[in-house]
Amino acid sequence: MTEVQKVRPVAMVGDEAVAEAIRQCDVDVVAAYPITPQTIIVERLAELVANGEFSGEFVPVESEHSAMSACLGASATGARVFTATSSQGLALMHEMLYNVAGMRLPIVMAVANRALSAPLVLNADHGDMMGSRDSGWIQVYAENVEEIYDRTIQLFRLSEDPRVMLPSTINFEGFILSHDVERVRPLSDEAVKGFVGRPKFKRKLDPSDPATFGAIATPENYYEFKMQQMEAMETALTVFKDVEAAFEAISGRRYGAVSAYNTDTADYVAVVNGCTSGTMRAAARLLDKEGGRFGLLAVKLYRPFPALEIISHLKGAKAVVVMDRSVSPGAPSGPLAEDVKSALKGARLDIPVISVVYGIGGRDFSVADGRRVFAMAEHAASIGPEPVMYGVKA
Amino acid sequence: MYEPIKGLKELPMEEPLSPGHRLCPGCGASIVVRQVLLAAPNDVVVANATGCLEVSTALYPYSAWNRPWIHSAFENAAAVASGIESGFKALARKGEGREHPIIVFGGDGGTYDIGLQALSGAIERGHRFLYVCYDNEAYMNTGIQRSGGTPRYAWTTTTQVGSARLGKVEIKKDLVAIVVAHHVPYAATASASNWKDLMNKVRKALAKDGPTFIHVLAPCTRGWRFDAAKTIRMSKLAVETRFFPLYEVDDGVYRITVPVTYPKPVEEYLKAQGRYSHLLKPEASAELERLKKEVESNYRRLEKLSQFTAQLGTS
Amino acid sequence: MSWKELEEGAVVVGGTSAKYDTKGWRVTRPVIDEAKCTNCLLCWIYCPEPAIVRHEGAKVTVDYEHCKGCGVCESECPVRAVTMVREP
Repeated sequence: MTEVQKVRPVAMVGDEAVAEAIRQCDVDVVAAYPITPQTIIVERLAELVANGEFSGEFVPVESEHSAMSACLGASATGARVFTATSSQGLALMHEMLYNVAGMRLPIVMAVANRALSAPLVLNADHGDMMGSRDSGWIQVYAENVEEIYDRTIQLFRLSEDPRVMLPSTINFEGFILSHDVERVRPLSDEAVKGFVGRPKFKRKLDPSDPATFGAIATPENYYEFKMQQMEAMETALTVFKDVEAAFEAISGRRYGAVSAYNTDTADYVAVVNGCTSGTMRAAARLLDKEGGRFGLLAVKLYRPFPALEIISHLKGAKAVVVMDRSVSPGAPSGPLAEDVKSALKGARLDIPVISVVYGIGGRDFSVADGRRVFAMAEHAASIGPEPVMYGVKA
Repeated sequence: MYEPIKGLKELPMEEPLSPGHRLCPGCGASIVVRQVLLAAPNDVVVANATGCLEVSTALYPYSAWNRPWIHSAFENAAAVASGIESGFKALARKGEGREHPIIVFGGDGGTYDIGLQALSGAIERGHRFLYVCYDNEAYMNTGIQRSGGTPRYAWTTTTQVGSARLGKVEIKKDLVAIVVAHHVPYAATASASNWKDLMNKVRKALAKDGPTFIHVLAPCTRGWRFDAAKTIRMSKLAVETRFFPLYEVDDGVYRITVPVTYPKPVEEYLKAQGRYSHLLKPEASAELERLKKEVESNYRRLEKLSQFTAQLGTS
Repeated sequence: MSWKELEEGAVVVGGTSAKYDTKGWRVTRPVIDEAKCTNCLLCWIYCPEPAIVRHEGAKVTVDYEHCKGCGVCESECPVRAVTMVREP
């Protein structure tokens, strides 16, 4: 067991934290296209390249679709591959996300979540990743900059595990986290390099053992290939725990697939992903001081969905409010709310759930807003099942 | 420097492509691919765009490829190749393998149209690979629909012949000119009928340290409407009528590698294919004349470019 | 086949198409007159499959498991050593 590193904290923005993790993770190929608010990642990587501090190849592709395509080609050679994008870029590479997952290539991607056009807006919401949530990628959401750094490192180990071999994303709100200066305690180069090791894939493009990647299937077998992916996703739930344990051993830090505050005693629990977890935790603490019984469940691992863990934290609640930072037009509730509702129903738990949509297009969400959302939970019975569009100018 | 081919017997006995694939009998594309891979070193890695070739040679659980091969989508073969090249480079630098030559196969569909961006980007970045566009002049795999590579007046299912239209109205894009505009070290056209010319161009291209391009005509018995046995005849006629001139652009210097001093009449090429049958009718005489002029002026243009760039010399 | 038995990510070993015979596709088959054949290898370089097999120290033969009967070999043989014959 390696010694927990004692490191000095440094000030970094979210994008810089990603770049620093990439510098340390012995990445072989980065193929990326700039898009606000991910640009600092690629710019920082270019600086590393210019100073000879990046050991891999940096490919300045001409679009995001080509970014994911180049990543696919590189990963197939057995290389460790990374990319980053946001919003329109993620949407543009959409078809390739499914390709990469279907070919079981363990690419890691940072997504600085930004709302999708139209209308065009540069600011944060989760609509971009939610639009690709069925692509077969593992999806993790970070609450703060240090978690972004930690997760980026963890995801290489998670994706490349032979029991998993699925690509993964680390999601964080654009501008709010990508450009936010926070304290990070980076690990040493040796600790990170030791943690990620070198990729060792079973299948790769190798003239000494020619393999065919990307054959076409038929109705006789396509379903079975998808079943393999479903199974690998399921396995990822367990491997995720192993990876976190190994990471804790070198850093002293552990987050969990979910992070709970007060859920064992709370009457009203808010479920939320991303940076607003922090806001809601602060609101819960203030309300609790005033005698309320509020809890917070931050969902960090979104795909695979840790249903059992989530249910275990919600089963004692009188009402649950699930917050979504994305719009899903025509859907009965926001995406996270739908997942939570299905999980509860699957466990035969009849707990009222309110779906609250917030922070769309970068709309600010304060602690005061958090208190108001918790207040809604107290009136869950009078609020219908449709999503509450919190904060929209009526 | 490259090792030119003198005779067929010096080519390897080991087949890079296995039979048992599902390409049509007489398919021009597979003849092209065989010739290209026989001319290339045996550690070549292949990236393939979606299309006739890909679908027919890699139908799970069968694969015709005796080389490492990868396909993912229609428009990204050149981008995937960029990734493969980068992966090999990075791993080799870390002492975990070595670099291998990369050949990309894309049809006219995956190259002229949907794949043009990826091709342009990959060339601009200077990745080392040979891109071979096997051109059957339509989106054959999905049922003979027109592409940017379909010649003017050709019938396709989306450029039908009727009282208002005589096949495709638009031009065939000059793909080699587009590639040459990127200042590549080498670009050329080739035809499976002239196997020695094709193979030597492949070897010349692979010897260059950068992106190279060969545009090969791949006659399609189904889409062009001719008997399967005539595929090579068709390739030959395309060259002999100057319809598809065989030339190369080596570091900017043009050279017609198979000069056609006494061209056969264009009508001989057209009448051999059902897709041009409407052009040989009297009511299409104006269109036929226009087509013949275009063929002639294109050849003259190449002759002039050869003379002009020869004076400039290689860079 | 169970999903557990399929190759992960549908990545297959190359060259396996040889196990699939396409002989049922043809209507005519090429017959090479060995006496006329000069072993110039043009039929081999023009065969789309390939269904013409080269041999060390012997002339080419036809792989009748895979030949689709396209007739390019007959069309291109410079000495007319190949004849397409109707399948029985």
